[in-house]
Amino acid sequence: MEKFAPVTRSEDGQPVRYLIVDDSVFARKNLARMVETFGGQVVGEAGDGVSAISEYERLTPDIVLMDITMPQMEGIEAAEKIVRDHPSARIVMVSSVGYQENIVAALQRGARHFVQKPVKAEVLYEVIKYVMRDDGTTARGAGAGA
Amino acid sequence: MRMDLIQPFINSADAVLAQGLESPISIENLSMEEEAYRRKGIAAEVCLTGEIEGRIIFDVDQPAAAQLASRLAGVAVSETNDELIREAVCELANQIIGNAVTTLNDQGFHFHVRPPAIHTSEQGSKGSEDTEALVMGFKTSSGNVFMNVALRYHRRRAADRAAVAG
Repeated sequence: MEKFAPVTRSEDGQPVRYLIVDDSVFARKNLARMVETFGGQVVGEAGDGVSAISEYERLTPDIVLMDITMPQMEGIEAAEKIVRDHPSARIVMVSSVGYQENIVAALQRGARHFVQKPVKAEVLYEVIKYVMRDDGTTARGAGAGA
Repeated sequence: MRMDLIQPFINSADAVLAQGLESPISIENLSMEEEAYRRKGIAAEVCLTGEIEGRIIFDVDQPAAAQLASRLAGVAVSETNDELIREAVCELANQIIGNAVTTLNDQGFHFHVRPPAIHTSEQGSKGSEDTEALVMGFKTSSGNVFMNVALRYHRRRAADRAAVAG
């Protein structure tokens, strides 16, 4: 897999902490592998929207990567509930279902960005940098491919 | 079956498989299925509800499924690792069908997608007059992949929606 300049938190230089939410174990592992190449740390995983909310409360990650189509509670509803209680939560929707209505609904309910599956590492990397920008976080080095 | 419903699935399978496998794929077969669908390997089923209703079965030969899982996971996956192979097939189905659904929604068809589930029975439901099933066979560098699409277009729901929209 391509190597990327690490993205760290500006406040303490520590790795960005991720919560990965997807009902597919396979998808979670792939995303975990990807964010680790960005220098990130996966602090938790969840397989549905309900677990995502409780895991967010427990772990307060820097970024949530959230699928949309999941059992029990879908990702957009979970994102809305998380952002309602934690307005600074950074949630990136990651889904194969990327039609305009879905994207608009996710953004209106508090998600910061949307990435369509199959995920390209270089696309996710740029989105992570963009979403972390309010933290003042910048990648050390020359960016993607460094 | 309406070709405008089918074409997005062909395009999406082509794009997602080619990207995942980093090699071109080709359509080897495209036929209407009149009999009940017979599973060929590891299969995942995705159901759609709304203006378009029905199901899609994404089916991969067992050896091909292990190779696909290995390519997508970036590590060797044994043919005996059933759980990971099933997960890989479900995720591929999710990506292919999700991308096709995205195109159809942007074309004005409105419906909902259920999460993929492993299709374990040997046979699937057979097509009917209003729910025809189309089978597509793809040849990939890892082996053969099949998609069985049985969809029905609800004119009445689409008309209701248009009436509400004014």
